[in-house]
Amino acid sequence: MLNPKAKIRLSILVGAILFSAISIFLIFKTLEDNIIYFYSPSEIKQINDIDTNKSIRVGGMVKDGSIQTKKDEIKFIVTDFKNEIIVTFSGTVPALFAEGKGVVAEGKLQDKEFFLAKRILAKHDENYMPPEINKNLEQNAK
Amino acid sequence: MLSNFGITFLSITFLTSFLLIYLSFNELKTANNKIPKKIYNFSSLQLIFTILSFLTLLAGFVVSDFSMSNVFENSHSTKPLLYKISGTWGSHEGSLLLWINILVLFSFLFLFYSNNNNKKFQLYTIIFQNFLIGTFLIFLLFNSNPFSLLFPVPNEGLGLNPILQDPALAIHPPLLYIGFVGSSIYFSAALAALISKVETKLFARVIKPWVSLSWFFQTLGILVGSVWAYYELGWGGFWFWDPVENSSLMPWLLMTALFHSVLVLERRLGLYSWVIILSILTFTMSVVGTFLVRSGILNSVHTFANDPSRGLFILTFLILMVFSSIFIFFKYSTTEKNTFKFLSKEFFILINNWFMVFFLLVVLIGTMYPIFLDTLFGTKISVGPPYYNFVLAPFLIPLLFLMTSGPKFNWISSESKKIFDLVFFISLFIFLAILFIVKEKNLIVNLTLIFSIYLTIQSLNDFYKAFKNKSINLSRVISHFGFGLLIFFISINHILSIEKNFNLKVGDEKNLSKFLIKFENIESYKIDNYQTIIGDFQILNKKNLIKKNLKPEIRIYDQPKTMTYEASIDSNFFSDTYLTMSNVSDSELFNIKLQIKPFMNFIWLSVFILSLGGVLNIFKRIKKV
Repeated sequence: MLNPKAKIRLSILVGAILFSAISIFLIFKTLEDNIIYFYSPSEIKQINDIDTNKSIRVGGMVKDGSIQTKKDEIKFIVTDFKNEIIVTFSGTVPALFAEGKGVVAEGKLQDKEFFLAKRILAKHDENYMPPEINKNLEQNAK
Repeated sequence: MLSNFGITFLSITFLTSFLLIYLSFNELKTANNKIPKKIYNFSSLQLIFTILSFLTLLAGFVVSDFSMSNVFENSHSTKPLLYKISGTWGSHEGSLLLWINILVLFSFLFLFYSNNNNKKFQLYTIIFQNFLIGTFLIFLLFNSNPFSLLFPVPNEGLGLNPILQDPALAIHPPLLYIGFVGSSIYFSAALAALISKVETKLFARVIKPWVSLSWFFQTLGILVGSVWAYYELGWGGFWFWDPVENSSLMPWLLMTALFHSVLVLERRLGLYSWVIILSILTFTMSVVGTFLVRSGILNSVHTFANDPSRGLFILTFLILMVFSSIFIFFKYSTTEKNTFKFLSKEFFILINNWFMVFFLLVVLIGTMYPIFLDTLFGTKISVGPPYYNFVLAPFLIPLLFLMTSGPKFNWISSESKKIFDLVFFISLFIFLAILFIVKEKNLIVNLTLIFSIYLTIQSLNDFYKAFKNKSINLSRVISHFGFGLLIFFISINHILSIEKNFNLKVGDEKNLSKFLIKFENIESYKIDNYQTIIGDFQILNKKNLIKKNLKPEIRIYDQPKTMTYEASIDSNFFSDTYLTMSNVSDSELFNIKLQIKPFMNFIWLSVFILSLGGVLNIFKRIKKV
């Protein structure tokens, strides 16, 4: 039916498609498992089942007067002016981390009130505000 | 004053690119096979004027001419000279001007130094390249003019972001841009090759040195960027899988695929369409990278203030570029006969290309997926390093293995070779010795170690053979050697790194299992354009009782008012001791991060060796032509 050459070509084509399909599937599967979702403190209050093993990001403003530095951690409150969450973090904070400024922390929820941060994201520009914070803050200001 | 000069020079550059297109089109109709002198002259003129426009901006920065808004926004009269100069390309407008300079430079170099005796091909390349130059000039003049004026003239500038005031970052953009924008010349050449139906072998020969050149600079650019991130961002990492870093890695992967497949095209005349597609994709990816970085669409740790209208222009340009390339490709591409043999050199190169494209997909999806989710569903997500590590690490092992075995095979022939030879067993032995010391349990890390050692030793063996037998490709050996070393040292670094976080007051001590850290003193000075707070720490290694003094800094810049944390790194060649200190709301306690990072210098060195292979490739070609 098919000559040998065409047969080889067909098998290479099928092989290539199969291989690509598997690799794309693999990429997306791993992607799904490793996505870090971004939440505002208000959104955290609305989560029903909290997964304490999954990394997430929490963003908002550092509440004025809330930063406490202790021996092995820093504690501060992230607020979106409606709700707030207590964040603990050990390590050096990036420059531009200050009370009344925007912040994004990455880490895991302990419960709806406490967040254990592994990393505080750096910003390069004092006027820069992560887009997701901006949006959430604008909504909450209304 | 300077502003008028700059705009005049740019307008002349625009005029010459218009003239070059016009003259080249006219020349295509004539029968003789010689490019007339006037095209060379106009190309030289174009280069001179574009460089003059760049020097004008540079002069503006050096003399602090704040009548230009770009200088006002990005410079300050008290800034050190080096950073006044690097401020020229620190901003979006200035970097775009640099981008155009490189486009013109490559157009000029290609015309003068790529004597390929095919007038039609040469002229079409110049035409396409000048289309790119013209379009970017329009963008520069109407959207992002570095010479726009400010009235009334301010007395003082706003200053350059202090985090950018760094020698590594001063040279990072030019290096990366030569890589990025250098790929434009084989983009133009690929389109020209399709239209002028140039002989495949000639096309391969012509683009090969340019691919190597841009690859070399791209590699160095990424290296310098990583070094900067390592000591300036203060996290002790050198690669964060950040979208901005990814956008420099994506063109690099394509360039790597390209110069492997160009070899097949040169030797075996196969893969012509594929090489054309890769050439087009590489520059496209470079523009995508620019779009991602400059449009502000990304939420990245490297994000600077942005302007969406730039993104819109680049996006429109990108879409036009892609569609016209696809159109030209399908209109002019010819069918080719491929006679591919299983287990031949070309077969392994094709597999290399599969890996590169797979890595590209992984990085591209990881970078773009958050953007798609956000625009389509408004869901905010980010993709972290675990994703990249999970997907990429397992594939690194077969890649390393194939990089070792592939080059052993010959062109065309399909003979089987002994895979697990003596070198493999020597490597296995070295691995076991290392395992005895580091005691790593993770299977993937261990396999990566074995095969990176195998590649390194095999390359050394080839290097030795190369001196006896000239037929071995030395640039391949050096680059593969560098890559083997790189993966080896990254794995070892990953296994042995230590990180500790704690807070200390002046005079306090922290007792860790292996170290005793003493916060001895704190001092504050005023230097140049910043105020510095220097902490004095003593770190005692309990095992060998060696004491080290480290002095991390907190710098407070006046213009613009910004704070940066400078890590203090003590490097004893084999291992870095890395200390950062920060302070929040004037608390007595300082936040300290101590990291032990082994073999960092070796990681940098490996990338440098990797890039050297590319240089060799450029010179080899010049010698033969």
